[in-house]
Amino acid sequence: MKEFLDLFLTFARIGGFTFGGGYAMLPILQRDVVEKKKWATEEELMDYYAIGQCTPGIIAVNVATFIGYRKKGIAGAVVATFGMVMPSILIIMVIAAAIKNFSDIEWVQHALAGITVCVCVLVLDTVIKLAKKSLKDIWAWMLALAVFLAALITNVPAALLVVSAGIAGIAVKKAAALRKGDK
Amino acid sequence: MLYLRLFLEFFKTGLFSVGGGLATLPFLYEMQEKTGWFTVEDLSHLIAVSESTPGPMGVNMATYTGFVTGGVPGCFVAVAGLVTPSVITIIIVYRILERFKDSRYVEWAMYGLKAASAALIFSAGISVAKTAFILEETAVCVSMINWIAAALAAVLFIAMKLTKKHPIIYIIAAGIAGVLLQL
Repeated sequence: MKEFLDLFLTFARIGGFTFGGGYAMLPILQRDVVEKKKWATEEELMDYYAIGQCTPGIIAVNVATFIGYRKKGIAGAVVATFGMVMPSILIIMVIAAAIKNFSDIEWVQHALAGITVCVCVLVLDTVIKLAKKSLKDIWAWMLALAVFLAALITNVPAALLVVSAGIAGIAVKKAAALRKGDK
Repeated sequence: MLYLRLFLEFFKTGLFSVGGGLATLPFLYEMQEKTGWFTVEDLSHLIAVSESTPGPMGVNMATYTGFVTGGVPGCFVAVAGLVTPSVITIIIVYRILERFKDSRYVEWAMYGLKAASAALIFSAGISVAKTAFILEETAVCVSMINWIAAALAAVLFIAMKLTKKHPIIYIIAAGIAGVLLQL
């Protein structure tokens, strides 16, 4: 029971402070789930993100489900997901019921501008840290660079980029294995 | 059977929107046309609210729609509909991965996926940075950079490196700084 409560509260805290979608929760996940609770390693977290991007649904929920399921099976998946969405539900209900033009309030906009600055510093810092650990050789970095440029310049959907990178990964490693086999 | 319809509509949204919050938008527009549960103005208002509150955008959308159409129970039904496809898919994917985790091909595909994942998160960070630091999206020149935001980013980055506090602390501090600096 204590573990379920722990899952719920951890993900509720992540859900309550994730401004700007699934990517923005990476720094908090890295801190809480990887460093503090040790529910997943850095590499696994990157895997979950990758899979979360090419499977249906919201990335944040996909990652919560992954970790919850791993910890406590199906019930764990449901509890982690429920924790993740709970703050949103409460906040939006209050706003929908009480405050008509919430996003037009001036101080809200200023606070958000500040939060946005913080989120991009946090996300870039975290992703560089994670990339250093999970991209193990020059080919992985080349692949990452190719995906980055494709995402920046073209309109190819992220899911397609992820799937292509998976195939490219197999090709690169297969080629390396064949070369080794030749010797 | 409003609740059943709410559940099914959001189930469909969750199932077909691959890649996060913004991917749910086309489905919401379609839902608007078909059901008339909310107006187009509601939807654009909702996008603004979603962007200014924590939590995944899709979840915020589902909560709001659920609340407007079916009150508090409506919220829970809509969100449950949205996340159910994610939870089911991820559990299946997790089991498949567990079964084949010793396969070299899975390991090789994950090698590529990790690279894609890092690259996509990085590029998401960059596009957030564009909105945070550049005042107008024309050619970048000195006057178009939001120097106050840039200075705040520098201060945050140094603070993170020196104090290593929980990311939530920096998010709150940045929100307060945004209000004080009229960012």
